[in-house]
Amino acid sequence: MRKGLSLFNLSSLVLGFTFLYLPIVLLVIYSFNASRLVTVWAGFSTEWYWKLLENDQLLDAAWVTLRVAFISATVATVLGTMGAIALTRYGRFPGRMLFSGMIYAPLVMPEVITGLSLLLLFVAVNFDRGFWTITLAHITFTMCFVSVVVQSRLVTFDRSLEEAALDLGCPPLKTFFIITLPIILPAVVSGWMLAFTLSLDDLVIASFTTGPGATTLPMRIYSQVRLGVTPEINAVCTILIAIVTVVVVIASVVTKRQEMERQRAERLAAAG
Amino acid sequence: MARQTRGRWLVIAVPYLWLLALFLVPFFIVFKISLSQDAIAQPPYEPVFDLAAGWEAVRGALEQLNFDNYSYVLSWDNEFLLAYASSLKIAAISTVLLLLVGYPVAYGMARAPKSIRPTLLMLVILPFWTSFLIRVYAWIGILSPEGLLNQLLMALGVIDEPLELLATDTAVYIGIVYSYLPFMILPLYSALEKMDETLLEAAADLGCPPFAAFWKITWPLSLPGVFAGCLLCFIPAVGEFVIPDLLGGSDTLMIGKSLWTEFSVNRSWTVSSAVAVLLLLVLVVPIVFYQNVQTRQMEGR
Amino acid sequence: MSTGVAEKTQKTVGGIRRKFAPWTDPKAVPLIRYQNVTKRFGSFTAVEDLSLDIYEREFFALLGPSGCGKTTLMRMLAGFEEPTSGRITLAGQDLVGTPPYKRPVNMMFQSYALFPHMSVWDNIAFGLKQDGVAKDATAARVEEMLKLVKLEQFARRKPHQLSGGQRQRVALARSLAKRPKVLLLDEPLGALDKKLREETQFELMDIQMELGMTFLIVTHDQEEAMTVADRIAVMNHGKLVQVAPPAVIYEQPASRYVADFVGDVNLIEGKVESNAGGLVRVHAAAADMSLTIAQDIQAQPGDAAWIAVRPEKVRIDLDPPADRSVNCVSGTIWDIGYLGDLSIYHVELADGSRIKAAKPNLTRMVERPISWDDKVWISWSPDAGVVLTS
Repeated sequence: MRKGLSLFNLSSLVLGFTFLYLPIVLLVIYSFNASRLVTVWAGFSTEWYWKLLENDQLLDAAWVTLRVAFISATVATVLGTMGAIALTRYGRFPGRMLFSGMIYAPLVMPEVITGLSLLLLFVAVNFDRGFWTITLAHITFTMCFVSVVVQSRLVTFDRSLEEAALDLGCPPLKTFFIITLPIILPAVVSGWMLAFTLSLDDLVIASFTTGPGATTLPMRIYSQVRLGVTPEINAVCTILIAIVTVVVVIASVVTKRQEMERQRAERLAAAG
Repeated sequence: MARQTRGRWLVIAVPYLWLLALFLVPFFIVFKISLSQDAIAQPPYEPVFDLAAGWEAVRGALEQLNFDNYSYVLSWDNEFLLAYASSLKIAAISTVLLLLVGYPVAYGMARAPKSIRPTLLMLVILPFWTSFLIRVYAWIGILSPEGLLNQLLMALGVIDEPLELLATDTAVYIGIVYSYLPFMILPLYSALEKMDETLLEAAADLGCPPFAAFWKITWPLSLPGVFAGCLLCFIPAVGEFVIPDLLGGSDTLMIGKSLWTEFSVNRSWTVSSAVAVLLLLVLVVPIVFYQNVQTRQMEGR
Repeated sequence: MSTGVAEKTQKTVGGIRRKFAPWTDPKAVPLIRYQNVTKRFGSFTAVEDLSLDIYEREFFALLGPSGCGKTTLMRMLAGFEEPTSGRITLAGQDLVGTPPYKRPVNMMFQSYALFPHMSVWDNIAFGLKQDGVAKDATAARVEEMLKLVKLEQFARRKPHQLSGGQRQRVALARSLAKRPKVLLLDEPLGALDKKLREETQFELMDIQMELGMTFLIVTHDQEEAMTVADRIAVMNHGKLVQVAPPAVIYEQPASRYVADFVGDVNLIEGKVESNAGGLVRVHAAAADMSLTIAQDIQAQPGDAAWIAVRPEKVRIDLDPPADRSVNCVSGTIWDIGYLGDLSIYHVELADGSRIKAAKPNLTRMVERPISWDDKVWISWSPDAGVVLTS
């Protein structure tokens, strides 16, 4: 096997990643621009970040978004995990086709359709629109993502582990909590994180299902972005990017370290 | 196994009922409203079914349902048909562009030394975790007439006057390709990474030069990833709203934008419902196809 | 437990063991009874109307190719599958409908199924904890099990910090910890390399004798089944083909299927010419000659029959044998397989059919006296082969 990368592979990687990252990097740089004109560099400044702290509307929206994301991701993780178990473990059951259809369809369903249909549902049942309708809507579309993430872990899960627990006298529900769940936990956690960020990120569905008094951060950003690029928005975006980057990098470093630990232990075991 | 039945049914029933109530039932409501008429009332459409008013009233309401909204949407006088066609065109072209950009990157990742692959994978996923809106927004600053791209090109002397990039279809293509790229790279990468490298060695050993080996071995084996990636990008792109709204011009027609305008500006819930139903009909074939790919992948392992 | 004295007793137990044959005793009560058990998965029948008795303290092996139903048969005893029809009883108790976590049997899994997030100690203690055994009793039993499988110093390790052989021992200790009435072993040594597998086979036998338990092992490895088991059930297509001690399975196979599945065999097709006084004469079409087998069977002249002769029971010489009472035929060497300890000679007969003869290599000679294309005589005595009618 050849070591290293051919020139073609290397250049496609470099170009690809430049394309992915350059716009974000520029955005971050210009959030530190002293000028209000976003396109002219006028020196380094953190002015826009301080301005953010005075922007109550933005802070309120951020708080609403975080609460929606936390509640919806948590409920979606429970529901999505149940759905994943039903689809990977229970073989055939009546209505299985429809069920798996309803799990996969929201992954690709255009958001305008999901948003509109949920709005019309809430109107039809006369449910007051606001914080809770956004949360219900987010649970619905993010649980499908959780389900797919957990399913892909469950299909590679060695079922004899559960059988071994049953065989040793552990009833099914307890087996799930002390054997299955601890082992699939990384997938469940990343499902939760995915649901959380999808909820943080959502503009369209939230715009359809919201009511008076509940404005999320993307909705707030969107209404300002339509008026043009401002360094203040750059600053908000930079903060969000920084948070996500730190969390993702920490998570991957932790998993990488665990993996290395594991490999080291396995080498030790193999050596005697 | 009878003894587990109760717990089992609970695990199936809870998510099942949730999705029935909040995913499937809403579609029927959308369909019903697409057959109604706008009204200045609360809710802003009629008829309203009131089961308490008795059977006669319900039948009367049923008789008021008609397909007027559909003939409105499907009429050439309005721009909806053009918007459907243009959405499909933009989504299709973007998908091809995505494949052209994503395949070499996914290929390069899959052929990179094993030790750096997880890092590369993380680098692809990272932008996906950051806000979609932010990523689209970033391009406004780059593409605008006084934006960074124009500044750069003018500084280099390539152009004398700023290019009109923002508010064009080109900007929409760039936006879609940029935002959906991870969705294309990830399935391609997982298909390419699974591939046994000795297959290529075997092909070379049997006298097949590298480029031919790519077309005869690598490409066919990566097709499942190609399908998954294309569907994952194409279907949502057809209904895309944020990108044409922020990067496209007033003449950029996309059905997601039309639906949104109909809903929030014209305040016609019934027409937007008809638009949604028709959009779903357009997408039903690729969605079912995508589900088959997904199910096979999940159960084939 | 395994002190010097205990080992001695064990040897004696081993001596008695040779006479251990409860299946021949009409008064013996079986521990496990499968009665007319059928198991279908959709349209596929995994086990078909099967009845089988297994006795206490027996080391019983289910042997067959993959997909023959042996694993399903075992999993029905563990409770992971319910029979479509029929009864399974354990010590007189009907097991059908009892969930796996309430059955007094334990299983050692092919993949070992060690809980990756628990230490060796916790894995072994798992079953005892489920039963609510007191803490000190649990600790004592776990220590005892660790000692039994010689893993005392590994108690705190996690499964991924162990080698394959050590994991296998943990799995064994865990399934033994609850002292089940029956231990089920699903291809327990499949993941080990050949040397370790052979060692472990003997350890399994020792442990079984020491604990006096009933072991039911599923395997596709005939040597493993022959080594460890008191009795072997050979299965094919969901049915039992033959249930007998290893030597009977090998020396008196019930059918061509068993003869061919267990060990290497020459099968010669023919017709029964005569059958009297314990001597069967079969006319073999291939060699166009009559062959004699000393055997008591029910067969009429004219019946189709097959003679099964193991290669190691076939003599090969350059000269015709002096004793004309033996079955004897000439041919030429078609191929030689040199295995080190043995050489397998493939001899082509006049009609083109081939017979294998195995000869131990008793000297260090590199050049063997018999070589390719040599004309040779092969022969076997009347008590070397068996006549099979199915």
